[in-house]
Amino acid sequence: MDDVSARKTWLSVLAQSERSDIEAALSDYPLPETEVLRPAEVGLVMVRGRAGGNGQRFNLGEMPVTRCSVRNPAGHVGHGYVQGRDKVHAELAARLDAALQEPGRRAALTKAVIKPLAAALARDKETIEAKAAATKVDFFTMARGESE
Amino acid sequence: MTISALTPGFADPPIQAQGVFRLVLDAMARPGRIATLADNAPSAPAPLDDATFALALTLLDFETPVWLDAKLDLPDVIESLRFHCGCPITKEAKEACFALIGDAASLTTFAEFSKGTPEYPDRAATLIIQTEGLAEDEGWTLRGPGIKDHARLRILGLPEDFVQRWQTNRAGFPNGVDVIVTHDRRLACLPRTTSLEV
Repeated sequence: MDDVSARKTWLSVLAQSERSDIEAALSDYPLPETEVLRPAEVGLVMVRGRAGGNGQRFNLGEMPVTRCSVRNPAGHVGHGYVQGRDKVHAELAARLDAALQEPGRRAALTKAVIKPLAAALARDKETIEAKAAATKVDFFTMARGESE
Repeated sequence: MTISALTPGFADPPIQAQGVFRLVLDAMARPGRIATLADNAPSAPAPLDDATFALALTLLDFETPVWLDAKLDLPDVIESLRFHCGCPITKEAKEACFALIGDAASLTTFAEFSKGTPEYPDRAATLIIQTEGLAEDEGWTLRGPGIKDHARLRILGLPEDFVQRWQTNRAGFPNGVDVIVTHDRRLACLPRTTSLEV
């Protein structure tokens, strides 16, 4: 995986995971101190959708997003964009993004934090899909013997 | 991945931006009076002065195209402005709402910048000029709205014919550019209504 897609993956995982899960996964890996470039701030982002996935674009609604940017001593800038209003979560995501850009830390952090969080997100998704699948109804018409 | 030289902006953006806005509002209302930044203003990435950086953080946003002179047209400055202000950087001086000028001596004519139209004189550019020093109560004599009798201001590092150029700018009232001069952590304003005498 190249740098850009790897970063996309971990930013996505950090944005979707619960803060408590990230903190739990990080308990054995203290992050280095960072300098805050842009303090965490809450804003609204317009979410757009398409009916059926391919219809006309429309504005579905706004959702709160919190963002934060930090810089670590090595000079890597980390950005955290997370859903919701949790400023601590956004700063944590930004600090992790900065740390993950350091070649010396990436492998260990990916293994200890990102992989398990991604697996947990995938499990949650599967559970929801399984629950939805269990209620699926197949409609069919029984032959009523009209066509002799 | 990429290494960046970004420096922090305001630690408490709403309060600090309001503070700087009030500062520049007062300075604009009292031409020639020097205002000093609060102690908690962030330090600027070189070669920006702290006062220039604080003005940028306060006044620039995605709706204000910014023109940079040769001294400030550097990757670090552009990265910092893009990150903190989100402002477009333009190469066309005429399109700029704000011009950041790092080398006062090389200041080009004001004619290059937008001076507004008679219908919309507020669309004129504001020039933020970094100078080599500011001093009150000496130097040029200032007269005009906001000044009782007269005020005096010395600005170091401007081109020799600045006063002549300024009088031409003033003659075009209500059109014309406004100027904010900065040095280190201090700033003073020359709105287009102010007249300068040597």
